[in-house]
Amino acid sequence: MSIKGKVWKYGDDVNTDVIFPGKYTYTITDPKEMATHALEDLDPKFTKEVEKEDIIVAGRNFGCGSSREQAATCLKYAGVGAIVTESFARIFFRNAINQGLPLVQCKEAVENISSGETITIDFEKGKLSCKKGVFNFPPLPESVLGILKDGGLIPHTKKMLKIKEGE
Amino acid sequence: MGKTFAEKILALKSGRESVITGEIVTVSPDVVMSHDNTAAIAKKFKQIGINKVKHPEKIVIPLDHCVPAATEKYATNHKEIREFIQEQKIENFYDINTGVCHQVLPEKGHIIPGTLVLGADSHTTTYGAFGAFSAGIGRSEVASIWATDEIWLRVPETIKINIKGEIPPGIYPKDIILHIIGDLGADGALYKAVEFSGKVIREMNIGGRMTLCNMAVEMGAKIGYVEPDETTIQWLAARTNKKYEIIKSDADTEYEKTIDCDISDLEPQIACPHTVDNVKPVSEVVGTRIDQALIGTCTNGRLEDLKIASEILRGKKIYNRVRLLVFPASMEVFAQAMETGILQELVKSGAVIMNPGCGPCLGAHEGALAPGEVCLSTANRNFKGRMGCKEAEVYLASPATVAISSLYGEITDVRGDLK
Repeated sequence: MSIKGKVWKYGDDVNTDVIFPGKYTYTITDPKEMATHALEDLDPKFTKEVEKEDIIVAGRNFGCGSSREQAATCLKYAGVGAIVTESFARIFFRNAINQGLPLVQCKEAVENISSGETITIDFEKGKLSCKKGVFNFPPLPESVLGILKDGGLIPHTKKMLKIKEGE
Repeated sequence: MGKTFAEKILALKSGRESVITGEIVTVSPDVVMSHDNTAAIAKKFKQIGINKVKHPEKIVIPLDHCVPAATEKYATNHKEIREFIQEQKIENFYDINTGVCHQVLPEKGHIIPGTLVLGADSHTTTYGAFGAFSAGIGRSEVASIWATDEIWLRVPETIKINIKGEIPPGIYPKDIILHIIGDLGADGALYKAVEFSGKVIREMNIGGRMTLCNMAVEMGAKIGYVEPDETTIQWLAARTNKKYEIIKSDADTEYEKTIDCDISDLEPQIACPHTVDNVKPVSEVVGTRIDQALIGTCTNGRLEDLKIASEILRGKKIYNRVRLLVFPASMEVFAQAMETGILQELVKSGAVIMNPGCGPCLGAHEGALAPGEVCLSTANRNFKGRMGCKEAEVYLASPATVAISSLYGEITDVRGDLK
């Protein structure tokens, strides 16, 4: 699993309300429509200019706040290929993996990446390449990578139940 | 070396003799909560290709986030949930006349010590007030648990916060937790278990403990926890006859960190826009104009909160251009507040009494803000856009601070009123 994309860089504590406002949580059910509101209270330019496989780079505690899974879903359907941060809030971390959206925690890389540049990430090798160099990060645990590779938790659970049935 | 509460309970729930911090374990929860998001979870559940939930008796579903339905879309959402609970024979369903999930679950006896509770809501941390291991998860995860009765969890490190000193007049549990969050920061307890302990906690009632655990997630915590004691046992005795086992951290446990917090000189605390950790003592923000005051939510909508407010407002009128909205956290709280005359006092002062539910806390309905407006609220979040408008500002405070401020139309130090 690897990815190459253009960077959108943000600061610390990007919360779920600015990623996907609470007022839409029970009225918007189509993931494609969710994508049209991604980051709307933080960066109105984002949904207009984001391209497939673009990468979000941010500081500490990305995704803090609500448990709303749409915060991960809207970014995935907006085309975001990965998120690189210093740290993630725990429920967002789970939600993103469960939506099949890869995450990287690497403080050093975040400090060296500029908005707008193109970076490459190899998830299995734990390598991130940007203009200022190559940075290593610990790959996700095998069990978590398994969910990502299956495209998220729902297809993963479906697959695991089928395997169990066959036994 | 002793074990922490988190290590002990996650060993128990994963069927292992012992587990260590940092380990990833597969556990089976005792209670799985979802609310207005149940219809969306049901759609994900069906995608797994299963027709029946594995353990309907573990599922609890209160409707609270937008009740009664504000629009056709919300109404359709509720209808789909009612159909789903019938189809799945889920008995623990609470319709729009019950209250906010985090108040309803304990009130209805679903929360007991030593259990593992997972909910599709970040403030599921609230139930740690009863000695449960209780964390928020996402929608796909609830769907997956419905199908398999399993989920993976990482065993968290534990931070112990020892709260000591004497609570000064005008200071409430909300001030204590805002102070702690302001000190530690929005990620100060990221992925950790937070154990609240000390003399102040032992003397604190269940409502106060719930306020603390509710907001533990605002500093990134996976769970909040208060060791059950006689106060807990007595509270539970009136709610449930379920048998339970109290699980505690061992006396010789080594915590990742122990923080001492003396509150003897604490001022009322205010979380300023637009982050919960932007906490200032009231003296720094006194005089800030407010347009709306809100008392309620899963953080501070309990009987004691409404009582504090009514005592401050008794015989007085709120400032003429301020709207004061009061949301009792549950119908039980509503009824008690009515019977004890609290609601009458609040109404006489000019408050609008709303039905139990989340109200405008997440910006869905019942008191959203306009651009340029300021709300002082007892809720737990003040993020930009939280109450429906990104050009509005939300400040967070205790019910006492909100009540006194609604009299003056600006943020006010409640201690002046107590002299």
